[in-house]
Amino acid sequence: MDLDFGPAEAEFRAEIRAWLHAHVPAEPLPSLETEEGFAAHREWERTLGADRLAAVSWPEEYGGRGVTPLQWLVFEEEYYAAGAPGRVNQNGTDLLATTLLRHGTPEQLARILPPIAAGEVIWAQAWSEPGAGSDLAGLRSTATRTDGGWLLAGQKTWSSRAPFADRAFGLFRSDPEPGRHRGLTYVMFPLDAEGLTVRPIGRLDGKPAFAELFLDDVFVPDHDVIGTAGEGWKAAMSTAGNERGLTLRPPGRFMATVDRLVALWRERADPSDTALRDRVADAWIRSQAYRLKGFETISRDDDIGAEASLTKVFWSEFDVALHETALDLLGPDGELESPWLEGYVFSLAGTIYAGTNEIQRNVIAERLLGLPKGAR
Amino acid sequence: MKFVLDAEQRLFAATLHTLLADAGTARAVRAWASGDTKPGRALWSALADAGVFALAVPEAHGGAGPLPVELVCAAEQLGRHAVPGPFVETLAAAELLGRLGDVPLAATWLPRIAEGEALVSLTLPPAVPYALDGDVADLVLTADDSVRDAAVRGGTASLDPARRMLPVVPGEPLVTGAREASAAAYDLGALLCAAQQFGLGRALLDVTVAYAQTRQQFGHPIGEFQAVKHHLAGVLVDLEFARPLLFGAALAYRTPDFSRDVSAAKTAASAASYTAARVALQVHGAIGYTDEYDPSLWIRKARALYAAWGSPAEHRARVVDAL
Ligand SMILES: Cc1cc2nc3c(=O)[nH]c(=O)nc-3n(C[C@H](O)[C@H](O)[C@H](O)COP(=O)(O)OP(=O)(O)OC[C@H]3O[C@@H](n4cnc5c(N)ncnc54)[C@H](O)[C@@H]3O)c2cc1C
Repeated sequence: MDLDFGPAEAEFRAEIRAWLHAHVPAEPLPSLETEEGFAAHREWERTLGADRLAAVSWPEEYGGRGVTPLQWLVFEEEYYAAGAPGRVNQNGTDLLATTLLRHGTPEQLARILPPIAAGEVIWAQAWSEPGAGSDLAGLRSTATRTDGGWLLAGQKTWSSRAPFADRAFGLFRSDPEPGRHRGLTYVMFPLDAEGLTVRPIGRLDGKPAFAELFLDDVFVPDHDVIGTAGEGWKAAMSTAGNERGLTLRPPGRFMATVDRLVALWRERADPSDTALRDRVADAWIRSQAYRLKGFETISRDDDIGAEASLTKVFWSEFDVALHETALDLLGPDGELESPWLEGYVFSLAGTIYAGTNEIQRNVIAERLLGLPKGAR
Repeated sequence: MKFVLDAEQRLFAATLHTLLADAGTARAVRAWASGDTKPGRALWSALADAGVFALAVPEAHGGAGPLPVELVCAAEQLGRHAVPGPFVETLAAAELLGRLGDVPLAATWLPRIAEGEALVSLTLPPAVPYALDGDVADLVLTADDSVRDAAVRGGTASLDPARRMLPVVPGEPLVTGAREASAAAYDLGALLCAAQQFGLGRALLDVTVAYAQTRQQFGHPIGEFQAVKHHLAGVLVDLEFARPLLFGAALAYRTPDFSRDVSAAKTAASAASYTAARVALQVHGAIGYTDEYDPSLWIRKARALYAAWGSPAEHRARVVDAL
């Protein structure tokens, strides 16, 4: 057992640090949840892509660098420590790509992945529906067989950044007969397709970054179905597993935020306020736990499976606590517009998306602890 | 980097678990609580034969150590089985003595500790003020700038019936210039106490899950009820994120980060094992509140250890000071 970085990591770290030093914009980009900010972040993805840094852990043939999981963790540590922009295409780089690498055809990999790595095509997710949130298998939008493909109909909602993104992926019911988790088909489609209306919805942060999608016979060719038609549930669950685990929320992100929190505490705190001091200590302890958990995860030979639910509960609750501590340090200034406030409002969503924490606790209890399934 | 236990370390932990599970430690705990230390000392001998105490003793004194990762594995298993007696104190004393250099105190006691023949109690005022089981220990030490042997007096019962806490009357210094050795003993003791707490918490989760699978109310196993499930899921999250801190700290042994990392681990382990105890009691209902039911020994120990080897507040302060 060891925690040693080898020369390959040290060299990679130095290269990434130097690259970020040369390229990270001096002024923070506008929020990626706005049209203007989205465009700026798309440009940033192109900058990353030009040096094969938008998806470092992908194979080289698709525009990545084929780095090891440990090098990837190093990349993320450096990335967030440098204060580099948020990643506008995580749906593509982390969720869709991981799913395609497992379930996609060679043709799909060759066609879909390189434009993601280059920052050219930005993806949105289209799972939720007005009647299907946690109970995703209750979805009612349909895919109907037609010549050479499928026609999508129905309504999706809460699709993040769909008003600005290029393409989306999601699940549609292609056969009402076989039961809840069967007869579902996983497809990809362009957001400017004929028959598709995207209606922005304002969010809690005031940004127009949610969208409803109204689909009226949107055509999807067969080569944009992921896996086998009617068998989409399993591939969709592998996407969800990635959303819960380390990939979406790498430890480096929290380490950098905790560093800023410690600096804020030094600058603002009344030293006699030990209650706040304790919360700062807890923030550091939790970021250290999360970092070490990441090293443990990549050291294992087996798939973490349902353990991703432990990770999701941990990071989402930690993120809220971290930002609440910052706002409390800011006192009356906490309600004023600032990166802390923006981070706080975003953290509030973390216990809801990627499967609510109640759903994660059900998974932990039933699949990891072996408690009996009960009424839902 | 490989941040998981290797096969040998896993085997070592599994061996200790089997040894202690077969011995059925609850009887030894109850005997210890009533003043009969014989079954407890028999456990110590068995653990010494398995190599536990030698892990903290340098090779020059008949040990195999110090091996912090293996020590954490061992303390976790001893905690899991609620092994009675001052084993954390004895292992911390080995760290203390091992750092004193060539002194008779070390030469006399370290080989005996390695053999499992010496129960050593240790106070490190102010954070560790009482000599745990000092009345039955073979040696009681008090360490700060100097190391002294100490007489014990009186004694107060603890919430954990198997812990007797004794005030000490220190004698003349046996060794001076011991500040660094004392600090090292404190750090190792706090880490091993954290590992003990982690094992205790894990055992409480396991026994409570088993209970929730069989206890029926309203015609269903209580483990089907979501309120119960979510309590237990929360405990697993806390434990799973405390464990990497324990081993991370073990790997920081003898580096400048050790104190900080020990304090992080201790804070997390105190919280996780205490939550495990609260949930265990709640999910068991009244049976958990009985003296007779064995898990109640674990439940009581979890709270007793919460502030042992430094309170969470003290450890948080150490973390912040190191940032
Ligand atoms: C910021 C943000 C971004 C999002 N982005 C996207 C996106 O890009 N694409 C997309 O498709 N979706 C997106 N979502 C939607 C998200 O996936 C859903 O909000 C989530 O699945 C929960 O569904 P719901 O909102 O319908 O809540 P519901 O499922 O109605 O749940 C409401 C409450 O009931 C609880 N509950 C429900 N079922 C159970 C149960 N069995 N046991 C215990 N409690 C239960 C929930 O935990 C929750 O507290 C996003 C959400 C947010 C907040």
